[in-house]
Amino acid sequence: MAPATIWLLAMLVLPLVVVLVFSFGERAAAGGYSAAVTLENFANLGARWTAFQNTLMLAPLGTVLCLLIAYPLAYYLAVKSDPKWRTLLLILVIVPFWTSILIRSYAWIFLLGGQGIPKLVSLIGYGSPRLINTPFAVLTGIVYGYLPLMVFPIYVSLERLDKRLLEASADLGSPPWRSFLQVTLPLSMPGVATGCMLVFILLMGEFLIPAMLGGGKVFFVGNALVDLFLQSRNWPFGAAVAVALVLIMLVTVTLYMRFTRRWAGGRDDVSLM
Amino acid sequence: MTNRNDFISRERFMAELMRYRKGSVTRRHFLGVTGLGAATAVLGSAMPGLRSAAWAQGNIGDRVVLATWPNYHDPANFEAFKAATGAAVDMNVFGSNEEMLAKLQAGGSGWDVFVPTNYTITTYVGEDLIEPLDMARIPNYDPASFNERFAGPGTVDGKVYAVSKNWGTTGFAVNTSQLGGKPKPTTWKEFWDLTQAEFSGRTMVHDYQLTTIGNALKYYGYSFNSIDANELAEAEKLLMAAKPHLFAISSDYQPSMRSGDAWMTICWTGDGKQMNRDMPEIEYVLGKEGGELWSDFYAIPKGAPHMDAAYALINFLLDPAVNAKEALFHGYPTADKRVDALLPPEVLNDPILYPAAELLDALEFGAAVTLTDPNRAELMARFKSA
Repeated sequence: MAPATIWLLAMLVLPLVVVLVFSFGERAAAGGYSAAVTLENFANLGARWTAFQNTLMLAPLGTVLCLLIAYPLAYYLAVKSDPKWRTLLLILVIVPFWTSILIRSYAWIFLLGGQGIPKLVSLIGYGSPRLINTPFAVLTGIVYGYLPLMVFPIYVSLERLDKRLLEASADLGSPPWRSFLQVTLPLSMPGVATGCMLVFILLMGEFLIPAMLGGGKVFFVGNALVDLFLQSRNWPFGAAVAVALVLIMLVTVTLYMRFTRRWAGGRDDVSLM
Repeated sequence: MTNRNDFISRERFMAELMRYRKGSVTRRHFLGVTGLGAATAVLGSAMPGLRSAAWAQGNIGDRVVLATWPNYHDPANFEAFKAATGAAVDMNVFGSNEEMLAKLQAGGSGWDVFVPTNYTITTYVGEDLIEPLDMARIPNYDPASFNERFAGPGTVDGKVYAVSKNWGTTGFAVNTSQLGGKPKPTTWKEFWDLTQAEFSGRTMVHDYQLTTIGNALKYYGYSFNSIDANELAEAEKLLMAAKPHLFAISSDYQPSMRSGDAWMTICWTGDGKQMNRDMPEIEYVLGKEGGELWSDFYAIPKGAPHMDAAYALINFLLDPAVNAKEALFHGYPTADKRVDALLPPEVLNDPILYPAAELLDALEFGAAVTLTDPNRAELMARFKSA
């Protein structure tokens, strides 16, 4: 067997097989796994419906918000900014990555807490809105945390764009907004598709930001998994939830790839995969 | 400035030093005659925890990993331990005994010392996750000076697995300035009712099945430890009804209480004391129906990577002088008479630390079965994911 095959088997296939086997087992008396063959864990999946629902709503919403903020930013960086400053600006986008997401999320706890933004809002007389431990807080944290992952693929595809195409478009009498819609936007689609995929996949498994900014009240599937393995120690049920999540991801990502491929005219460089 | 007889002249000191270096006197003679031995002893006793310490000569490594609870140690004591032994204390904080058990069950925790609560120790012994203690290496632990009620659960089948750290209660803390003139709640019934009314969006509960489910059971007057299916179903109904009104589900509630985001929380003795010390309007209440009485322990997990440092740290922290400093810092009483003797009377008379007997009588120790009961575990997980 080629080394790559062995690596793939050991690091990807084997753990998945373990998870699958566990998902048919039973919780041991003091917690953990005890061998059995039962479908009960899958029958109980409904008990985590809210977690799936939250994830399936907030992950796509977070991805779309990331895209809406990242595209203008990437466009500015790649097209409008002074090349002299471009590298510096790009570094500024990366800088937050130098600090742990844990610490940056903690900063948001204070920003969104009663002594933070709500206090400022109340000072200018608009009441004291409740921000922390709400879906809004989680969404804010998500968009903040994952924005760079969306900016970079889009930046790369915009930067590679052949400027002569825009000149040709202008020569043929197209106004700038039309050139953007008919030339720039379609040609940056590979970057958009890659960025969305990156952010969406990671968001589906997110647990840290909901735990910190959701106060244990905005629960993702990731949180349900942490809970099942690290608190209630029901490994088989946890494995079943994990299997369900993997299946949902497989279906969503496959559909997404089909869709984006057709959308981009059958080009193969659309996605990472 | 009177008696200078015990001083040694410069000349005599040099002479003795030369004799010592030539090997004509022993080290013991040299230290004795020059007074350096006494000086070392005095310095040693001024540095509590260094005395009579078998490990003082040995190298215990540069690190010891401690798994413990939030706001449960005086950082100054860890600094002193590092200064004395060279081992830095690497602290991991947990929100529930379940979380600790899960880490140990999964293996490879890397912990040297952990802090289990009374009712969990039999399970750790049963699962073979805990090291029986070599009491000779913890000379600061004197069983006779500890209150058996709190220290007893550390011994299982005649073997000591864990030594007493602190004991305390689980009540609730309430910011009385937010009550708007209403009387202070004194029962768990009022706690949950207030949560769903005036305090909506302002209450926190532990991310911990024992206390959160236990005190929901108390609403109906059931045992804190109940595993009865019908009683748990009622508790679940209450928890689900209260959930939309909660500020958060977290065992680290001090930041939110102090910032004013949260007004009421399920609370442990020491957190109640720490908050009350800085903000007197935050008061600590023991629900009249009862609730939890607990005691925590120091223990060593099986396969601890720095075993010497683990014993050294436990022994250091059980030195009455160190332990008293801990207690003054975190506000949890100890079960050690020697520590009580060092505490000022206002601490010993503090109603938060030492509640009135009739309030204590209503409390229950957690029962071992609650740690492993699958229904309680799943109820908590369902409540959180709802």
